[in-house]
Amino acid sequence: MGQTIIEKILSNKSGKNVTVGDIVVATVDYVMGQDGTSPLAINAYRAMEGKKLFDPARVALVIDHSSPSPLEAVSNLHTLMRSFARETGCKLYDVGEGVCHQLMLETGRIGPGSLVVGADSHTCTYGALNAFSTGVGSTDLAAALISGKMWFKVPETIKFVCNGKLPPGVYSKDLILFLIGQVTADGATYLSAEYTGEAIRAMSIEARFTVANMAIEMGAKAGLMEADEKTFDWVKRFGGSGFEAVAADADAVYARVLEYDVSALEPQLAKPHRVDNVAPLSELAGTPIHQAVIGTCTNGRLEDLRIAAEILKGRKVSPDVRFIIAPASREIYVQAMREGLLETLVLAGGAVVTPGCGPCVGTHNGVPSDGETVISTANRNFKGRMGNRNAEIYLGSPATVMASAITGKITDPREFL
Amino acid sequence: MEFKGRAHKFGDDINTDYIISGKYKFKTLDMNELARHVMEDLDQDFYSKITPGDFLVAGRNFGCGSSREQAPLAVKHARLSAVLAKSFARIFYRNAINTGLPVVECDTDQIEPGDELVVDLAAGVIHNLTRGVAIEVKPMPSVMLQILSDGGLAAHFRKYGEFKLDQEEENAL
Ligand code: SF4
Repeated sequence: MGQTIIEKILSNKSGKNVTVGDIVVATVDYVMGQDGTSPLAINAYRAMEGKKLFDPARVALVIDHSSPSPLEAVSNLHTLMRSFARETGCKLYDVGEGVCHQLMLETGRIGPGSLVVGADSHTCTYGALNAFSTGVGSTDLAAALISGKMWFKVPETIKFVCNGKLPPGVYSKDLILFLIGQVTADGATYLSAEYTGEAIRAMSIEARFTVANMAIEMGAKAGLMEADEKTFDWVKRFGGSGFEAVAADADAVYARVLEYDVSALEPQLAKPHRVDNVAPLSELAGTPIHQAVIGTCTNGRLEDLRIAAEILKGRKVSPDVRFIIAPASREIYVQAMREGLLETLVLAGGAVVTPGCGPCVGTHNGVPSDGETVISTANRNFKGRMGNRNAEIYLGSPATVMASAITGKITDPREFL
Repeated sequence: MEFKGRAHKFGDDINTDYIISGKYKFKTLDMNELARHVMEDLDQDFYSKITPGDFLVAGRNFGCGSSREQAPLAVKHARLSAVLAKSFARIFYRNAINTGLPVVECDTDQIEPGDELVVDLAAGVIHNLTRGVAIEVKPMPSVMLQILSDGGLAAHFRKYGEFKLDQEEENAL
């Protein structure tokens, strides 16, 4: 019987031929923790009487969620991470280096066939590189730090076939929001997702990251794509080599196969307070907004900043809107500077914050006030997500966020193209 | 393991931001402090309504969202004895077992707010004393039972220094 991508990766990493429902202990290639989860993982590591890391060269801790620290208690947790990194010899990414997932994508160590666990739910992002990567909690992370292994139940797979060509002004973010709206927030719970079809193949690698990033918003354990030239180019750019593509067999068995033609897709938005509360933009046009955010591990990449600058060129953000930009990594930040993108965004009224999570999770900057409405390129709009339960959050593509920032109300980006 | 208490009921898709808001989770490793804010964005006075031993009862997909282990820990330190839901998000489910918070999959439509329950994990049944019904519990995967019976994953690692899971047995099932 044929295997899906995840069955193949878990077979390779556990040394046996696995099938859906098997429990396997598999070796991991890379382990990551961020500042919201690492302190508890360090506690668990001590509780497990961990003596050393399985391989310090395959472990990274990232200070990105509350970075720079807004208060002394957080500073102390950051310092705990720094001293753990010194003690164990693992890599520490400190304030200003970027959001964990972008940094992992830029290591060159994660590519086709890799198995990665990260103590952050959006670890599924690396699925766009044909890797099985998944979010775990702090105790699981500690176990992986010590043993270099993790246990998994081999999941069934749901396959999304996206045919056709996305129209101008409609992006990978619109597509993934649409898919989440279709299958709902628990439509893929315990399952792995595979995304394929002409529309996925046509996407840049950065656009694919956006799709894989949000697999968890449908409950999925992973969001995997096939490897192609773009995949290998990306990995090579960061010095990675030795990876081999993992493709599903033609006779692989899927829990469900869902086919869509994306050619007529409109820009989509997730409405408060659920990511699967999705509507076409046309139904929401005109809704006033007070803050606009470009950034996060979903859409804080160079391509996103280019799209934003393109729309904003020669225009200004509405005086009623605060516009925050959080580049996803230092590398992106510097490149955006060199290309003049940041100049365009800042002169038009934007405020650039430290590369990292930015206002995404309400821990250190850009908290909205009561009754305000935010439009953001992030992946979650739960009540209170940005630090205020009395604010509303809409999620859309960088183009939609930018167009809305200019007019001060939800606006179709195609008006500005 | 047998627990007795009253039900506090919530809906479907209760995410980890609702269980413990992101704005608190990073500030401290003091779980008793975090526990005071449990479910705060949905019910501001929730913590004060808890009698030790009570149950958190919910619909589908409990614990979706982030991987923060602070979520099950805050529930546990709020002195709730277990979470009962129709289904759980996978990371939350693992985290709960790893940290020793019992999670019970069952038909929660048969439980109303305030109902008095006896949860008998060994027998796999919940007695709803208020309504006089017995609710069947969906069995837990055996590897999870193994981790729970070792006292959580940290204790499992202290004992074996690595993963020692009875996979063959599981795969034969
Ligand atoms: S940017 Fe937001 S979603 Fe991404 S890792 Fe940071 S907090 Fe999580």
